Amino acid sequence: MRLDRGAWDAVADALLSAAAPGEFLTVELAAESSQFVRCSGARVRQSGIVDDADLRVTLYLRGADGVRRATRTQTLCGEAATDRDRCTATLRALRAEVPQLPVDPFAELPAGAQTSVAETPGQLLRPDEAVEALLGPASDLDLAGLYAAGTMMRAVATSAGARHWFSTTSYTLDYSLYTDGQRALKGTLAGARWDAAAWQARLADGRSQLQALRRPAVRIGRGDHRAWLAPAAVADLVAMFSWDAVGEASLRQGVSPLRGLREGDRALSARFSLAEAFDGGHVPRFDDRGELAPARHDLIAQGRLVGTLVNARSAREYGLPCTGANAQESLRAAEVAPGSLDDRAVLGLLGNGLWLSNLHYLNWSDQPAGRITGMTRYACFEVRDGELVAPIETMRWDDSLFSLFGDALTDLSAAAVFVPETGSYGMRQPGGCRVPGMLVAAMRMTL
Amino acid sequence: MHTALNALDLAADWVGFRHVRETTTERAYRDAKPVANETWASQGVLAEVMVNGQVAYAATPRLDVAGLVAAAQQAHAQAVQASKRPLFRFSPAQRPATHLDYVAAAKRPFDSVPVAELSGLLVRICERMKTSDKVVRTESFARSVDVETGLVSSSGADAWQRFSLVTTDFQTTAKHGDVVQRRTDGGLRGRSYQGGWEHLFAEDLWSRVDRVADEAVQLVHAPECPTGTLDLLLAPDQMMLQIHESIGHPLELDRILGDERNYAGWSFVQRADFGTLQYGSAAMTVTWDPTLPGEFAGYRCDDTGAPAGREVLIDKGLLVRGLGGLESQARSGIAGVATQRASSWNRPPIDRMANLNLEPGDASWQELVAAVEDGVWMESNRSWSIDDFRNKFQFGCELGRRIRNGKVGEVVRNPNYRGVTVPFWRGLARVGDRSTFQAYGTPYCGKGEPNQLIRVGHASPACLFRGVEVFGGAS
Repeated sequence: MRLDRGAWDAVADALLSAAAPGEFLTVELAAESSQFVRCSGARVRQSGIVDDADLRVTLYLRGADGVRRATRTQTLCGEAATDRDRCTATLRALRAEVPQLPVDPFAELPAGAQTSVAETPGQLLRPDEAVEALLGPASDLDLAGLYAAGTMMRAVATSAGARHWFSTTSYTLDYSLYTDGQRALKGTLAGARWDAAAWQARLADGRSQLQALRRPAVRIGRGDHRAWLAPAAVADLVAMFSWDAVGEASLRQGVSPLRGLREGDRALSARFSLAEAFDGGHVPRFDDRGELAPARHDLIAQGRLVGTLVNARSAREYGLPCTGANAQESLRAAEVAPGSLDDRAVLGLLGNGLWLSNLHYLNWSDQPAGRITGMTRYACFEVRDGELVAPIETMRWDDSLFSLFGDALTDLSAAAVFVPETGSYGMRQPGGCRVPGMLVAAMRMTL
Repeated sequence: MHTALNALDLAADWVGFRHVRETTTERAYRDAKPVANETWASQGVLAEVMVNGQVAYAATPRLDVAGLVAAAQQAHAQAVQASKRPLFRFSPAQRPATHLDYVAAAKRPFDSVPVAELSGLLVRICERMKTSDKVVRTESFARSVDVETGLVSSSGADAWQRFSLVTTDFQTTAKHGDVVQRRTDGGLRGRSYQGGWEHLFAEDLWSRVDRVADEAVQLVHAPECPTGTLDLLLAPDQMMLQIHESIGHPLELDRILGDERNYAGWSFVQRADFGTLQYGSAAMTVTWDPTLPGEFAGYRCDDTGAPAGREVLIDKGLLVRGLGGLESQARSGIAGVATQRASSWNRPPIDRMANLNLEPGDASWQELVAAVEDGVWMESNRSWSIDDFRNKFQFGCELGRRIRNGKVGEVVRNPNYRGVTVPFWRGLARVGDRSTFQAYGTPYCGKGEPNQLIRVGHASPACLFRGVEVFGGAS
């Protein structure tokens, strides 16, 4: 639902002004007005428009024995009178529930009074022209994918005075192109302005790349292989750091594979550095209590753990400064430092090995030990003597992050690429990560 | 919605409105302290319009007539554009005129348990699992969902369904030296059922709590699972995942048709395989059953209005029917089931699993164990990964027990196994009888573009597989 700042401020003001003595509130908004076009065979499978807005209210009640809190999220419909009623009902329900709950010793009352506004306007395709603009130039191709476009809004206001607004009007086009033999290449196109020429160039590039995918596939053996991981594959690996790895709570509670890194028993490569970097403006910097994350926060520097993601709860529990992390203490704006490899020289440097454009379905196979399993997917090739030989049959791999980002890491490419977030569970998600490609001396294929 | 339907003046083959009102409450505790007490109240309508055989949608949180009419007009405009490049031309036959008013049973309604009583129970569960210094984290979790859906359409559908759903979980994390192990009550959120708080306040609650805590501590002292080609005896809470990933997803007709290949993937199953592919051994019979009482994803009609009833998908190992709703059935010509569902009001319906079960066999628990010369028993999924054609899988479990010469032995940690779908299912040697049959579920089946998480249920007996590649952890 397209909600402007004025309308949001009215909702937030009405709620915050209703706080009674001893009550503290945080009020959040997540909303979207989006068009989705899903296609297969360069034809439309499903298309539609989604307007949605969720109001999330947390009531903190301070009593003599401590703080109690609960949260309620309510759909807003955009009609002022109805939404006022829903806000009133939400607060009433919270006031009935919170006194029945036990004291939460790690609840941190909203305290900061920072404010921010980040608005990215866009020039997108009109809803009635999207189908033709997307599929017209691709009618000779077997194209599958999702075009997601529109405005996403996020906001928070607190009874301590913090107030933040983020909106971005943008699109993502997450697509794949197929050969008759079911081999495919994957691409993403994203931005605030639709660029027809860029789309046509992508398709032309895709037509060229499909030639290599039409060669008969080869089956590679189990065991260690030299490998080039293209940026999209690196992005998948880096996402694993969000699964109970770089969060302070996961380290303190024993489940993070990075415990050894903190304790000095394990090491990653000095070539590997990981940070959160919000300077791209792709994702809100504020957390659910209205605190801003640092514009840049180093997590791993030259292979050493130098920082963690600390949300307000962990900050209070462990007596640490809050880094504005979300409830899951997961990465929101990951950035991996580039290396020194020239992209054009990668095939030669790889020599004999595997070119892996994408990975698929990653999961910890032994989380405390840092072992990850997953699949190869899309355009993955065997390389011999610096030349692409043939696509490979899909392979399962199982390896340690202490190897892939450690001993086996030969170098990273000098150019990092922005890999946009294309997820839309619940709502479209903003953001993405910036990562280079990665050359590893060994990656273990297992099936 | 009826009023809005009557107010519309659109040149369309068919128009429908689907209303969803869903209230979810989660309570999560760690080390006996509250982590989250949160409620989500979601409500809205999906308008669908078919023009020249093309269905398009518009989702709106506005519930008044003007809001619904505006959404239908938006959907109509989308359908007009999309119909110029259609993947398939549907007909109103894919949106049947079902009449229904169904309320699923719940013995102990959500409002019958005060918040303080529920919170107190979750605190006590954490406290009871703190059995030693080796226990470094205890967690308890309860989620209630009250959902009502209503579908009305220009073809005359008027179908209303209401469900109560419960998910419970508790976990113990133990640490000894560098070894960290986590044990849950049936895998992450595996105890997911239709019904009320009777699923939490169960007779065996405290014995399950004690077992989780005890086994977590056992695991940190246990040896690694051995590596080798062994017999594998899987508990129902791991069979749930095995069924889900290597039967459910490959049989989804929209995957077979290629709809999912840009995201979740497609399938090794070809259209010609229905009626011909020996998917598994003769011990394998798989049913799609939205009527099993208490199973997580039961219903009486899907989100297109198609009436739902039990069907056999794999009969004594032979693939006979797919998992696809009326749209996929029309496109593929393959027999399917009423399984076109949406995760909420803001997403269109697509092919999903619902309740997918492996039918009981004739082996008692003692007979299953006795049939193992050298193998491992595995319980409760903790890791899952499979390729985009649903062939090569690797799954990890929380707890293993060695079995040698027909006798259950010591606990082993980090049990994993990998295989390829059809050879694995052809290695199904024995299927447990009804005494070993248990239902589980998950709220987290992900699929679709835009993405959708949906609830599925899987019931299975314990099952014995021969010649499986088994291995342990990294250390």
